[in-house]
Amino acid sequence: MTAFFQSLGFSYEWAWTIATFAGILIISLLVMFSVAMVIYVDRKVLGAIMMRRGPNVVGPFGLLQSFADGLKVFLQETIIPSAANKGIFLIAPIITFTVALAAWAVIPFDEGVLVSDINVGLLYILAISSMGVYGVVMSGWASNSKYPFFSAMRASAQMISYEVSIGFVLVCVVLFAGTFNLSGIVGAQKGFGLGLINAYVVHPLLFPMWVVFFISSLAETARAPFDLTEAESELVAGYQTEYSSMSFALFWLGEYANILLMCSLNTLLFWGGWLPPLDIPVLYMVPGIIWFLLKTFMFFLMFSWIWATVPRYRYDQLMRLGWKVFLPMSLFFVAATSSWLMATGAFGDQFAIF
Amino acid sequence: MIQAIAFYFFATIVVASAVMVVMARNPVHSVLWLILAFFNAAGLMVLLGAEFIAMLLVIVYVGAVAVLFLFVVMMLDIDFAEMRAGFSRNAPLGLLIAAVLLAELLLAVGAYNAGGLSLGKAAGDAVQAADTSNIEALGALLYGRYIVLFEIAGIILLVAMIGAIVLTFQPPKAGARARQDVGKQIRRRPEDATVMKNPEVGQGIEL
Repeated sequence: MTAFFQSLGFSYEWAWTIATFAGILIISLLVMFSVAMVIYVDRKVLGAIMMRRGPNVVGPFGLLQSFADGLKVFLQETIIPSAANKGIFLIAPIITFTVALAAWAVIPFDEGVLVSDINVGLLYILAISSMGVYGVVMSGWASNSKYPFFSAMRASAQMISYEVSIGFVLVCVVLFAGTFNLSGIVGAQKGFGLGLINAYVVHPLLFPMWVVFFISSLAETARAPFDLTEAESELVAGYQTEYSSMSFALFWLGEYANILLMCSLNTLLFWGGWLPPLDIPVLYMVPGIIWFLLKTFMFFLMFSWIWATVPRYRYDQLMRLGWKVFLPMSLFFVAATSSWLMATGAFGDQFAIF
Repeated sequence: MIQAIAFYFFATIVVASAVMVVMARNPVHSVLWLILAFFNAAGLMVLLGAEFIAMLLVIVYVGAVAVLFLFVVMMLDIDFAEMRAGFSRNAPLGLLIAAVLLAELLLAVGAYNAGGLSLGKAAGDAVQAADTSNIEALGALLYGRYIVLFEIAGIILLVAMIGAIVLTFQPPKAGARARQDVGKQIRRRPEDATVMKNPEVGQGIEL
């Protein structure tokens, strides 16, 4: 896009700045739009599984339901509890929302279609998503109310625990791809399975890691069955109990943007990103972005399906799964993956020290 | 141009939030200012071209260490009046530390202005090739030249971790509740836990 603005007569710096701002704007608008649509899909799927209709009043098939909800919360009054710590209370939803959008800067939708193609893309996503916990913790503390506080404690412990195993899963993928760059990781998956399948997930060492990653991404985004942070029967509505109108909506949007981010990470890291499932020339006639969106949407459907069917975990079960099952398992697989790659000579003599 | 603007932006925020860490009345606010300082320090690292270090700074300090800080500080039940009562008592110690820090700062600035230590020119492996990324350069050094030191550091951390666990571990007491057997919990079926009875009217049931 920089080249386009340069052709309009801007110098390189200005063209770059304008192009980057335009890119940020386009991607955030598209993410917000897909969040709105995805909330609708979520409710429809939930309705279908529960044998009810789901939203069907606003617009054709209820398609405009999310926008109506958005308008509703926008017009409501923002209530700040008198005992709340006002500054932090107001900053918390902004942090959640900003962080959820910021991570999209390095997600490649197609070859070269991204805001910033940085070398440390995967680390950037880890860094940004580890910031997400602050929105929750700050809102829980600033509300000055006991249920939000409990919820914030739960959320931070849960997110930190599962980030550890997500980190190890990412190490496995990076070992295979040899790069932290997300476009590079997708590129490395081309023809990975027997020269035919464009996905990392077919490798016997990576398939269990994908399962760990998928479940951890449910926990990381506090989706059912790990939605202990907003367990209605115990904690009212969790950390967002005291929030109303737009500040509540920001939490909501941020949450769904994070869920979409995790779905797209599943796609990019294990299922070949924008590449078609099979390495056949005919399939490349479909634009890459369509494949990317299809795969991401498939993961989102799995998220809603799980929400509708799986009962909530108990807190000790959640911690046990994170620390006693996933952590040793992913550690073992990091060792196994690097041994396998060493044995098959994938690293070459680059790291031959001895 | 834009580098200068970005540098002054990040640097100003780092300094300002570092001041606010000390000035803030509420300890939770202090920790939040500290997090802001960390985050902007990461921005400075990016400007230096050390994007790997910047990301690690955010992941490790902001994402893990500061969360634990915040966790602990939020759980504290703080009486502000009591905290301020100790001010005059602790003032001499605080002043002493401030004086030492100031002296060190002046010394450091003075030494820096006098010119760097002549450690010799970077040569051989120490020179970063133009086309290698941060991560590759760091990895080649850590896992190549400094592999032994790196492993020793790892072992020390492991020992520290095990030590902390050993120190805080409490063996289950004799009369305590039995430990959970997760396999048993999962194997449990509704038939094991519930019974269907159809008692006569006025009979009641025996379990």
